[in-house]
Amino acid sequence: MRSSLLRILALIRKEFLAVLKDPRSRFVIFVPPILQCLIFGYAASFDLNSIPYAVFDQDHSASSSAFLSRLDGSKIFRRQADIVRVKDISTWIDSRRALLVIRIDQDFERRLLAGEPAQIQVIADGRNSNTAGTALGYFESVVEAFNASWRSRHGHGGSPIRIVTRSWFNPNLDSRWSMIPSLIGTLTMMGTLMLTAMSVAREREQGTFDQLLVTPFRPFEIMTGKAVPNMVIGLVQSTTILLIAQFWFHIPFAGSFITLYAGLGLFLMAAVGLGLFVSSIAATMQQAMLYAFLLVMPFALLSGLATPFNSMPEFLQSIMVINPLRYALDITKRVYLEDAGFTQLLADFVPLTVIGLLTLSGAAWLFRRRLF
Amino acid sequence: MTDWPAKLRRIRALTLKETRQVMRDPSSIAIGIAFPLMMILLFGYGLSLDISRVSVAVVDEDASSDSAALIGAFRLSPYFGVTVVHSMAEAKTMVLDRKVDGVLRIPSDFTRRWHLGEAEVQILVNGTDANQARIMQAYAQGPVALWSAARAGSVSAVSVGPVIVVDRMWFNENNDSHYFLVPGLIVLVMTIIGAFLTAMVVAREWERGTLEALFVTPMRAGEFLVSKFLPYFGLGMIGFVLCFLAGQFLFHVPLRGSLCLLCLASMIYLLVALGLGLLISTLVKSQFLASQLAMLLTFLPAMMLSGFLYDLRSMPVFIQGITYALPARYAVTLMQTLYLAGDVGSVVWLNLGVLAAMASALIVLARLATRKQLS
Repeated sequence: MRSSLLRILALIRKEFLAVLKDPRSRFVIFVPPILQCLIFGYAASFDLNSIPYAVFDQDHSASSSAFLSRLDGSKIFRRQADIVRVKDISTWIDSRRALLVIRIDQDFERRLLAGEPAQIQVIADGRNSNTAGTALGYFESVVEAFNASWRSRHGHGGSPIRIVTRSWFNPNLDSRWSMIPSLIGTLTMMGTLMLTAMSVAREREQGTFDQLLVTPFRPFEIMTGKAVPNMVIGLVQSTTILLIAQFWFHIPFAGSFITLYAGLGLFLMAAVGLGLFVSSIAATMQQAMLYAFLLVMPFALLSGLATPFNSMPEFLQSIMVINPLRYALDITKRVYLEDAGFTQLLADFVPLTVIGLLTLSGAAWLFRRRLF
Repeated sequence: MTDWPAKLRRIRALTLKETRQVMRDPSSIAIGIAFPLMMILLFGYGLSLDISRVSVAVVDEDASSDSAALIGAFRLSPYFGVTVVHSMAEAKTMVLDRKVDGVLRIPSDFTRRWHLGEAEVQILVNGTDANQARIMQAYAQGPVALWSAARAGSVSAVSVGPVIVVDRMWFNENNDSHYFLVPGLIVLVMTIIGAFLTAMVVAREWERGTLEALFVTPMRAGEFLVSKFLPYFGLGMIGFVLCFLAGQFLFHVPLRGSLCLLCLASMIYLLVALGLGLLISTLVKSQFLASQLAMLLTFLPAMMLSGFLYDLRSMPVFIQGITYALPARYAVTLMQTLYLAGDVGSVVWLNLGVLAAMASALIVLARLATRKQLS
């Protein structure tokens, strides 16, 4: 038992040396997660803060300019041009210089004053229909605000019900607050799973795996020796992202570090288990890398990171019970923002433990089968 | 003096060897064929940005006929699943346990204040998922407006308008998200095959020393590059055809530009990706490093910083600056325009020109980097 432990420790030490002694591989392990965290943090948001638009105002009345100045006052809508001909609309949209073109007909003010519905036409560049839809939504809320103030000024009474929105755990509904805690799990999984898959495949490709086999190491010991260093590297990666979230993006950490790290430990066990599983199937580094990529891609896309998990088709949701990232996202976000405790997260901890145990023992079994 | 027949023979032999290697390795086939198919299915059927139904816990502190009617309006809405609870504490526990997404609270003075014209309801959302919370906030306008319109019918006249928005989404009237996913998918697939796969393959030759064995043959660096280009170019074009067919027959995305330009654009972008892959692998000469760099420099930008999913104009200025250096930005703009807007001269030629310049620069650089090793 004691000699087994010593062997495992020796292997762990060797594994750390193999990964960390090369400055370029140190770089590749620690710099990409930091860069990705910064880029994703700044880029990955469906919120719009700059909507270039052009206006085709045929009315030129006090009302139409009052409306347009309200639009410009929103700081999100940026007026690029005043169009004077119909055919310019397509010029501005086609060349992508304007996301929206707003067309106000010449009877706009007359109809307003007559108490008839006055139309504003909006044309959106639907090449990215998601962005266009968001921009149209923002535009309608400006119109709604204009309507409300117009109604109260013209004695039609205010809108009878005010909707007061309060948001728990994220007072300004900043999408960065949901995104960055999710990255703790996502980036760590990408790094760890690929690193693990590659580490065994590299030994196999370079022939050093055979050398390991003629030593007194048992398959279980080899596996532990491979798993532990990668889990430690994964923990360092996730801690780095956690620090960036707190000290660069200033997102307050509400929860307990014990709960978070317990969850991360289980998650890394599952991620490393999957990595070892892939590497025991792959014959070369190229195969290990590409298979790992083919596994990580759907796991990342279908984890609820970019799109809401509940709007996925049912059958995909049920396949995704095997996706460790899905549980990790839930744990990191809820511990980070909501201070969720163990009991609330039981539905995540249990499946992660099961996935970790299954993949690790599956990998150990495959190891043994390939060894003898 | 160049001996052309011998040169061509060498290129042919090497290309054949490379093609066989691709065909024999199940992982190359997986990336060339299975990856595009997987992405098509995931993007086509798996991912949806819509929130289908929001579950909301209702706390009715007013308990009047008016508040009951308002709850009824929420029940009628296709966007809400309503659960009535008795206290805010209970509602908050449900939010924390993820049984509901948010809370609608009708304060006890709702009816009284409504008669004064200052009624309010509270929507409490779980900000952990900011996007969903914002959508829920927007959805709530519907039932509330419905209720006040119905209620106002008996009291005051104007409740909607006076300004009405008529919106039209050009290029995608039905707001079908496949329309922008398919062009972006082509770029993603080409990036993976061109850069990621190629970077690994060439780095492997460096790592195993088979490249040095090639150097003692009469083969020239240029011939080596051509023989590496051709098979992966073929594989990339297979990926393109798969995405194109899926766009035509599975998702019915219209192709409004010309097919020739679309093919030309994909080929040029594939050259850019291949050039990047070859350059990375020649510079680092290690499969692990090459794969990680290819991931960081090509795939992630194509996904996140290209305008495929996230709007570039809303990113901070320095990130926008970075995107100008990345080929994926031009490729996504080009593909989306060719597919949906048609052959818009100003957009097409500009982006095509930038991509062509990038492709030539990268190929020259890859050639230079390879020659240096020969000497």
